[in-house]
Amino acid sequence: MTELSKSGAAVGEPTTASPAPTAFLEVRDLKVHFPTDDGLVKSVDGLSFQLEKGKTLGIVGESGSGKSVTSLGILGLHTAGQYGKRKPQISGEIWLNGTELLSADPDEVRKLRGREMAMIFQDPLSALHPYYTIGAQIVEAYRLHHDVSKKAARRRAVEMLDRVGIPQPDKRVDNYPHEFSGGMRQRAMIAMALVNNPELLIADEPTTALDVTVQAQILDLIRDLQKEFGSAVIIITHDLGVVAELADDILVMYAGRCVERGPAEKVFDEPRHPYTWGLLGSMPRLDREQQERLIPVKGSPPSLINVPSGCAFNPRCPYADVPKDNVTRTVRPELTEVGSRHWAACHMTLEQRERIWTEEIAPKL
Amino acid sequence: MTTQRTSGRRKQALAAAAVVAGLLTTAACGGGKDDGGENGAAGFNAANNKVAQASLVKKGGELKFASTQDADSWDTTRGYYGFMWNFSRYYSRQLLTYKAAPGAAGAELTPDLATDMGQVSDGGKTYTFHLRDGITWEDGKPITSKDIKYGIERVWAQDVLSGGPIYLKDVLDPKGTYKGPYKDTSKDHLGLKAIDTPDDKTIVFHLPKPNSDFLQFVALTSASPVRQDKDTKSQYGLHPFSSGPYKFQSYSPGKSLVLVRNPNWKASSDPVRKAYPDRISIKFFTNANDMDQRLLAGDYDLDLAQTGMSPQGRTTALKSHKANLDNPVSGYIRYAVFPQSVKPFDNIHCRKAVIYGADHVSLQTARGGPVAGGDIGTNMLPPSVPGAEGQSYDPYEIAGANKNGNVAKAKEELKACGKPNGFSTTIAVRNNKPVEVATAESLQASLKKVGINAQIDQYDGSQTAGIIGSPSNVKKKGYGIIIMGWGPDFPSVQGYGMPLWDSKYILQSGNNNYGLIKDKTIDGLFDQFVTTLDESKKKQIATEINHKVMEGGWYLPFTFEKFINWRSSRLANVYTSNSYNGMYDFVNLGLKSSK
Amino acid sequence: MLAYLIRRLFAAAVMLVVVILAVFCIFFVFPKWAGVDIASSFVGKQADPAAVEAVRAKLGLDDPVYSQVWEFFKGIFVGRTYVGGGDVTHCAAPCFGYSFRTEQAVWPVLTDRFPVTLGLALGAAVLWLVFGVAAGVLSALKRGSLWDRGAMVVALAGVSLPIYFTGLLSLAIFAYGLGWIDGQYVPIGDSFSGWLGGMLLPWITLAFLYAAMYARITRATMLEVLGEDYIRTARAKGLKEQVVIRKHAMRSTLTPILTMLGMDLGALIGGAILTETTFSLPGLGQKVLDAIKNQDLPFILGVTLITSLAVLIANLVVDILYAVIDPRVRLA
Repeated sequence: MTELSKSGAAVGEPTTASPAPTAFLEVRDLKVHFPTDDGLVKSVDGLSFQLEKGKTLGIVGESGSGKSVTSLGILGLHTAGQYGKRKPQISGEIWLNGTELLSADPDEVRKLRGREMAMIFQDPLSALHPYYTIGAQIVEAYRLHHDVSKKAARRRAVEMLDRVGIPQPDKRVDNYPHEFSGGMRQRAMIAMALVNNPELLIADEPTTALDVTVQAQILDLIRDLQKEFGSAVIIITHDLGVVAELADDILVMYAGRCVERGPAEKVFDEPRHPYTWGLLGSMPRLDREQQERLIPVKGSPPSLINVPSGCAFNPRCPYADVPKDNVTRTVRPELTEVGSRHWAACHMTLEQRERIWTEEIAPKL
Repeated sequence: MTTQRTSGRRKQALAAAAVVAGLLTTAACGGGKDDGGENGAAGFNAANNKVAQASLVKKGGELKFASTQDADSWDTTRGYYGFMWNFSRYYSRQLLTYKAAPGAAGAELTPDLATDMGQVSDGGKTYTFHLRDGITWEDGKPITSKDIKYGIERVWAQDVLSGGPIYLKDVLDPKGTYKGPYKDTSKDHLGLKAIDTPDDKTIVFHLPKPNSDFLQFVALTSASPVRQDKDTKSQYGLHPFSSGPYKFQSYSPGKSLVLVRNPNWKASSDPVRKAYPDRISIKFFTNANDMDQRLLAGDYDLDLAQTGMSPQGRTTALKSHKANLDNPVSGYIRYAVFPQSVKPFDNIHCRKAVIYGADHVSLQTARGGPVAGGDIGTNMLPPSVPGAEGQSYDPYEIAGANKNGNVAKAKEELKACGKPNGFSTTIAVRNNKPVEVATAESLQASLKKVGINAQIDQYDGSQTAGIIGSPSNVKKKGYGIIIMGWGPDFPSVQGYGMPLWDSKYILQSGNNNYGLIKDKTIDGLFDQFVTTLDESKKKQIATEINHKVMEGGWYLPFTFEKFINWRSSRLANVYTSNSYNGMYDFVNLGLKSSK
Repeated sequence: MLAYLIRRLFAAAVMLVVVILAVFCIFFVFPKWAGVDIASSFVGKQADPAAVEAVRAKLGLDDPVYSQVWEFFKGIFVGRTYVGGGDVTHCAAPCFGYSFRTEQAVWPVLTDRFPVTLGLALGAAVLWLVFGVAAGVLSALKRGSLWDRGAMVVALAGVSLPIYFTGLLSLAIFAYGLGWIDGQYVPIGDSFSGWLGGMLLPWITLAFLYAAMYARITRATMLEVLGEDYIRTARAKGLKEQVVIRKHAMRSTLTPILTMLGMDLGALIGGAILTETTFSLPGLGQKVLDAIKNQDLPFILGVTLITSLAVLIANLVVDILYAVIDPRVRLA
């Protein structure tokens, strides 16, 4: 597919460009561009990854790197409720369980939402409707996809609240969001997301709005539930620490693209991209007394309208001049395999990166 | 404070009003022309001082008045508005009343409850009237002389029943010894010594001093009978008890008033009233323009207030319904007056400088032009008052050589006044009368040419009595020029000019002698007038008073006012009368169809 | 809850007293300071000094303001007796006194005119809510479209054009020009269809102004609400867009509209002066305008009191409805 296609442009037409994948979730060359008065915002610009059931993918990056846009793209929420504003241009392929979502009927995608794929949002206070009880909101989600009585749905809601660890769930089910604490709200949000046993759960910064002790509880809960339900989970975060223990795979995004992807232990132990080093460097570590930021990521995220030419990271990269001929500023680096199932996009040679990592970065972490 | 700035919002409003006016004019053009035939309008000025379509009148139907103004009070003792006196003849009778006749004849008195014009004796100090047979109240009981006496006594109760004219009190009991029927300790509350009722059919008035206009006082609405057991005192105006051909059915102030036939009234007992319609209603509007549109559409027959149509309604009516209009002289004079307490208006030459300097045509235009505003006023006696000479008496050549203002003459007078370079003063004008404000602006502009700098002070028009009616306040504020208008209470120089020009009427509050005229000759002429019974001699004195007032230079008349009034094509037997300042005489209006 | 209500009612009572005091001052104390003699303006053309004095005594103009206010409040709760020049009148509670001008008892006039104003306000409110909110929602959903721009231009016109302009225009077109409706007020008791015919133009005129305001507010609020996280959550559940709008977005959009409605209705019930004047509707607004022109204090006070009460009650009702809509403000 070379032409940018809007969602729904190819309703019902089978995609012949590439064969259906075998992975549970496969994203191929996803691009999400927003036309604005100032120019085209390339929030996601060619992203590909795969995820199997029962596995967890952590997507990591600064704000504005395109992680949330990716997750909303998978759910098809960019095109739902686009009132009058200029529609985003979305291209690529998203295969979920053998169905290509971008070319599917939007109403079919809508029916998958909540049932096959569910989402947990960053701030549970604003993500829950303040005027409806927790129970009503869970019941609504359940009955949307299950033809059951209100009573049965309510029983299910209580059961779910119980499952996510809310005390006295039969009472709390009638509470309003503002009557819950932050952690409880996020638990309720999780209960709501999981009420239909979705096969894909996307958690967008699920712990950012919560305090540290609650963060750990919520992460534990997600992990336990994943084991129990066997779902595929995507955790989106700016904090590598969040996914350190949880994720099977890590995908690091920068300026709408993937800069490094691989199994979690590889990305943590042998990161092969200077941006990942920066993220590791700015990760809060409980085992260190002094918060030394050896390799802070200097500068601010790039404009998504005028993405720096060459490597998008080059203005902030301390090693931009290591490769010869100014190549970092002229040629966009492609993902190359740097290990088993481990890719990174950097102009430096693997040896240079291995040397810098082991000699300059790792000892200071 | 003294200059009015037009704010942005006001400008917007004015622009909006102009657009609406344009639309209204076009919208109302579909009305079609009247042909002047039996079912059509009688023609322009057809009812002005003559009777229009008298033969077409049929008994029955509902006569519909519209008005933007309610009466000050429908209590016969308290009402003072001209239209109230006119309308009150439907439900109240007096010993004497005005003839139901057009023009000057309508200003003549004729017996009503009385059998004749009364017997005068004792050198004009005793008047005796006998009552007709068959005169009854709305409940069928006869109207007695005691009812008339009681009705007149109510004038003394000014503390409860304020607002009406007090001529009767002044002429019968000038010292104010009687305290009114409510404080009257006599058993029948008929303690007023000046009136005797030897029997139910006879009433005798004893005047301490003769007054040549006494019969006019007896014809006032405030001389109507009131029955003691029906007197609801201050509430009486909400439902007066009828002595006339119609009685109150319902009245809701500011909303509507409905009169229906009084079945106990006998036509044979009443030489004046014909009582054609079955029902008479007034609907009150708050939007003058809306009301005029309804009149044009034929929803209503005439305007109760009879003070002319709104500018928009007038334009449309003159264009496409001229045959429904009359252009009578209202009896009002619009003028400026110069309080002598404010310098330099103590000097007659400075007053004359203003009279000569003013552009009289432009003042007339500001009043609405010759048709809607009236003829240029040249003196201070309204044309409807006996003794008036109209424009033929024009001592300052206001309508002649000096009609556009005579700058040279004005400067001459200024020199004589000792102010060769002019002076500064303030024009006081009511803020609720846009036309008066326009005349003030016109005057201001023409005076500037002769070196008189006038600032305009628009004061709260509802507070007239307390602001310009207070000589001390006038002096304090330096109101050298006051813009006002005045009409006769009854067609006589006494009924018009006494409160304005007699030094006895200079009051500390509610004053109307704004010029503060203290002229022995004028006072003497009034004294002479009230004791002169001969009508032609009275006329002569009136003329003389007018001349003295004009010679004093206290007044700058603008216009002998004229109105454009609407009469629907349904109306028959329509005419204007001098008795009610050029209004249609309501009492014998009829409809062409009983439906 | 009870303490809250009592506190609130007490505050309302205090406010009413302050309002009444202010009205007394505006009409009776300030003119006196400015050297204007009010009594003389009540007497007719022939200002008999005795009559001026009598009026002064009757209106109690020389009494201190507090005693005038006290008498006024006493009248409302226990009635009062007027004595003036041998004329003794007892006025039973609720006594708002007698008009200085027409001598009418104020209370029956207020109760007579109140339904007219109430009918005007409620009828117009229904129209402007239906059309204003609908237009606002549509504009928000079709932001930037021709409909949206058109509706917002009309709304701007509606907000900026004065009532007497739109009122006269509607009369000129529909009543005088096309003659579709008569446009004159008829009491509902006389003829229901006549009443409808008379109220239609005032309703439309008044509703046009308010619908414009409501459309703008609705549009802005709706756009804001549509950007809320919980709307995204609702969509993520798989709800149909219609349901998202109807069930989730509308309810939040209604909150500010309800606040406005409470305020506007409260104020209008005190009299839609311009509308009533333009269409000669015999409501409270017309009466109060007349009363102000004539310095008819008892009527001014009566209408002021009704207006203040209406605003207070409307606010209380809004607060209660608020709690129904938004659980967060529910009283503990």
